Amino acid sequence: MVNQASASPITTSASAPQAGKRSITLKINRKNYKLEVEPRETVLDVLRERLDLTGSKKGCDHGQCGACTVHIDGRTANACLLLAVMQQGREITTIEGVAPSKNDLHPLQTAFLVHDGFQCGFCTPGQIMSGVAVLRDGHADSPDEIREWMSGNICRCGAYAGIVDAIESVQKGGKRA
Amino acid sequence: MKNFDLIEAGNGAADALRLLGTNPAARFIAGGTNLVDLMKYGIENPDTLLDISRLTMTQIEKTATGLRIGALARNSDVAANELVGKQFPLLSEALLAGASPQLRNMATMGGNLMQRTRCHYFYDISTPCNKRAPGSGCGAIGGYNRTHAILGTEPASAATTIQCIATNPSDMNVALSALDAVVQVQGPNGTRSIPLIDFHRLPGNTPQRDTVLEANELITAIDLPMPKMVGKSHYLKVRDRASYAFALVSVAARLAVENGIITEARIALGGVAHKPWRLPDVEQQMVGKQATETTFREAARQLLAGAKPHEHNAFKIELAESAIVRALQTVAAK
Repeated sequence: MVNQASASPITTSASAPQAGKRSITLKINRKNYKLEVEPRETVLDVLRERLDLTGSKKGCDHGQCGACTVHIDGRTANACLLLAVMQQGREITTIEGVAPSKNDLHPLQTAFLVHDGFQCGFCTPGQIMSGVAVLRDGHADSPDEIREWMSGNICRCGAYAGIVDAIESVQKGGKRA
Repeated sequence: MKNFDLIEAGNGAADALRLLGTNPAARFIAGGTNLVDLMKYGIENPDTLLDISRLTMTQIEKTATGLRIGALARNSDVAANELVGKQFPLLSEALLAGASPQLRNMATMGGNLMQRTRCHYFYDISTPCNKRAPGSGCGAIGGYNRTHAILGTEPASAATTIQCIATNPSDMNVALSALDAVVQVQGPNGTRSIPLIDFHRLPGNTPQRDTVLEANELITAIDLPMPKMVGKSHYLKVRDRASYAFALVSVAARLAVENGIITEARIALGGVAHKPWRLPDVEQQMVGKQATETTFREAARQLLAGAKPHEHNAFKIELAESAIVRALQTVAAK
């Protein structure tokens, strides 16, 4: 990172404070990770580049597309806009942490397969993280409500019909889906 | 993003202000949804961030005069709060019309007040922008200005030219304007209260300043006074797609009506100016008149009478007038 920064066109001024790495602990998918980060490193970059948790995707990197959606203390957030140093003590859940076990899928993951909730799959982890929250928070009572509460996740393939069907099927099937 | 230092403030507003005193160029960060985004573009380049996200200013509580909402309450928590929903549903509606669920979970009330008034030329550092680089010019005037301001863009004096035609993108701010909200602020010399209607600025000759908040001050809370007259309200947002888009035009409307006669009116407009647009004189003239389309149309006409459109946004005048009438009709029918 330090080498990359010195090669970057935006250079820090001579008077800039020393902004070295600091030791932090992040709790991700019920496991603690100790690591050294710069204040500018986002949760998304730490997940993907440091911890090999590449399920969360980098789409726009500006909080517009939802491909990086994770849960922070049970609520959806755009990991690309979160500074990792500010997330100590929070419960971070990524797509790698939603299934009940290594051999089982989350009911919504199964529903995405059944209802063709994706084509290329790039937006799917973010869609599922938002979908899980929409179901848990009670915003899946109608297709219109699902569409409104899923609007922070863009699908460039246009698999929206299947995504809405998948979420609706889990809602109607209860916890079994 | 260039590197920076981050200092965590832990002990209330006083500690945050003490840290700011020793790092006067530092910027506060809470949800970070706007600031981190702008730092990635190199538009904001702070050397130091003061992390206030752990401060406990998250309360939503009854006061003698209404409700007090902590500056660090999340947009999603305020929108879902029972007291807010019961007493100020206009605020819930506006919050839920804004951004995406993810961003609302991250964004705070104080941060939403402080999100930059901006347009796509502000984001594009290869174009001039008086807000981003004062004195460099404006890409939107004479450029592609479909989403831009039609009100409040007059130059500060006859000797100067229009500096900025960006609009404030917050839905929350429009509702707070119609609700006569008051922003509570703490600084090195004590506290002050700023009516929301005065909190955001017109660009004038200093378009780089979106608000009247001083660099050494911190927002601590937003007060919502109970209206004198019990009334009904509605937030109407018109945009290019059904969800997750900034308003082309939005209307926060509140009416108290007795026996068909208006006893109190508030109309705030979003998407049309550098700040939430209100004309209290027009609201005052509605009092005593019948709550009918004729009255609503006249108010809409007066609210837009001073509009000065640019090449691509003249459509906003009729759109805003129609939206005002529709919003008031919706309130009257409740």
